[in-house]
Amino acid sequence: MPTRAIYLLPLAVFLVMAAYFALGLTKDPKIIPSALIDKPVPTFKLPPIAGGKGDGFSSDDLKGDVTVVNVFASWCIPCRAEHPLVTELSEMKIARVYGLNYKDKPADALRWLKAFGDSYYATGADLDGRVGIDWGVYGVPETFIIDRSGKIRHKQVGPMTPDSLKNQIVPIIKELKK
Amino acid sequence: MTARRSLIAPATALLAALLAALALAPRPAAAVNPDEMLNDPVLEHRAREISKGLRCLVCQNQSIDDSDADLAKDLRIIVRERLKAGDSDGAVVDFVVSRYGDFVLLRPPFKMATLALWIGPALIALGGSAAMIAYLRRNRRRVAGDAAKVGALTTDEQRRLAKLMQDGAP
Repeated sequence: MPTRAIYLLPLAVFLVMAAYFALGLTKDPKIIPSALIDKPVPTFKLPPIAGGKGDGFSSDDLKGDVTVVNVFASWCIPCRAEHPLVTELSEMKIARVYGLNYKDKPADALRWLKAFGDSYYATGADLDGRVGIDWGVYGVPETFIIDRSGKIRHKQVGPMTPDSLKNQIVPIIKELKK
Repeated sequence: MTARRSLIAPATALLAALLAALALAPRPAAAVNPDEMLNDPVLEHRAREISKGLRCLVCQNQSIDDSDADLAKDLRIIVRERLKAGDSDGAVVDFVVSRYGDFVLLRPPFKMATLALWIGPALIALGGSAAMIAYLRRNRRRVAGDAAKVGALTTDEQRRLAKLMQDGAP
């Protein structure tokens, strides 16, 4: 009888809402999807960290091959936890890993790299954070994967974990290299 | 008289001091530093209005106008730079949205992806009231129908009723 079925309606509404809320709970509101996914990398040119090695890097370096850009800073504690994984990724030699030194003091950055290891293909100093803003950076660390055509294909917000390295970053790089 | 006057003077002084403090006090809930402000009051006003609509991505429920975060300060300065360069308000907002996405807008834009957000509540209210009106109408009709049915007593019922009225017992 349809009139009796109507008493099940609140239960049905509740179940639908519960499903939505349960789904919402699995998402981290702190992670904002990047507006730059599948967009070309912003045009930039960064000088090297003053007193350090290399010539910095620019948007032109991120074309032609799959590359990774890791945003880091000496004042950023999660970066320390993440750094061994950045080194691990660099040493896999599957993609060049660039270091974007975000709003750091050059002396601090150099000391930090000396202490924790510098496996970056090249590093660039973003002293005032303007290049970071062009990349949509809103916290450190962040890691971007860029495809051969120079388009951003993946963004990791916050430190890489062994799990995200193994199950996201590396498979995505390998897929893009095909 | 003298006693009263001696009280009035300090009271006036206190009031004046309070007023001065009020006038000098920084306006609350704004993180804009004096050195960030533009000299042109019209541009500064536009910058403030734009900043109030942009979310600080570090402390997500504050606008960049309210937030003390470093990134909010950088964005405030960028907003002012773009305005000084002659950008329209819309162009400034687009500049930030192109980097951080619609999420930076504290007021979500009205477009296909946000349709449910904007008209969903209205639809639910409409559907709910429609259901309620339909239910009440049907109920009233049923009551009226029942009354009409009950109204027509059969001759047998009328006889029983008459008997009841007489005897006072079934």
